[in-house]
Amino acid sequence: MDTLLACAALAAQLCTGAQLAAVDTGRGRDLWEARCIGCHSLDANRVGPLHRGVVGRKAGTAPGFSYSAALKNAGFVWDEARLDQWLAGPGKFLPGSRMGFSVADPADRADIIAFLKTVR
Amino acid sequence: MSSIVQTGRRSLLRASGTAFLSAGAVALLAGCDRMAAQAQTNGASADADVQILNVALGLEHEAISAYSIAAGSGLVTKAVLPVAVQFQGHHKEHRDALVATIRKMGGTPVAAKPDAEVAKALNAASLKNQTDVLRLAQRLERGAANAYLGVIPSFGDRMLAQIAGRLAADETMHWVALSQALGDSLPPKALTLGA
Repeated sequence: MDTLLACAALAAQLCTGAQLAAVDTGRGRDLWEARCIGCHSLDANRVGPLHRGVVGRKAGTAPGFSYSAALKNAGFVWDEARLDQWLAGPGKFLPGSRMGFSVADPADRADIIAFLKTVR
Repeated sequence: MSSIVQTGRRSLLRASGTAFLSAGAVALLAGCDRMAAQAQTNGASADADVQILNVALGLEHEAISAYSIAAGSGLVTKAVLPVAVQFQGHHKEHRDALVATIRKMGGTPVAAKPDAEVAKALNAASLKNQTDVLRLAQRLERGAANAYLGVIPSFGDRMLAQIAGRLAADETMHWVALSQALGDSLPPKALTLGA
């Protein structure tokens, strides 16, 4: 039993390490530049709110941006899991939100989110 | 290499029910008021439709302002200016179609921001020469193309995907012309946009 538990723990560590290694903030920066720049900037509200500091920010609170009621009343703080669900399908994650843009590939979402975590 | 069509994308196409443009929006964009009126009676998705149309309209407003800012910057040569004005004209056509669609669907089109506000958001003060201006336009046009491509999975109707594709094609046309003007090589790999 102990051996089994040890193997499971080792497998979990290896898995976590592989996932961490797979996240590429540089690629995330390139993806953000290509896909998000149409509506977002890091430091200015445009069609969408500014992205600097979005990870850890309460949803719907970027200063000076006019949000949909859905986002204003969301009541949560953006973390990796919520950003992943949001980017996978914003209309499904938060009905009534304005953004129709989605990112289908989980690896792309992970890299974009990893980049966003670096811009604080 | 990842596949072009992914399971998640297929699922989204099947599952989408809230954040997509209605057939009415497409009909209006295509110039068919009768189809739009019929679709308007099916109002379940009308609010969501208008919201997405307004995001697209905001993007077009910004593009129009960006080209005005570029034209007025004194940094663009006489040879390049007519092309910028032509591209701006395309964005104005997109804007007009979107405004008409939003109004006929009972929505209120978002207003354009003042050029000064757009200039600040785009950090236009940092532009020092024509290359800087073209680089900014190139970034925004690629971003717009990707934005339109990125909303395609939210559409529940194949006609909607076609309209988004047509808008993306216009933005891509601008991006290619700007890239050539800047002397950039074509992308070495295929499928660089929308991914």
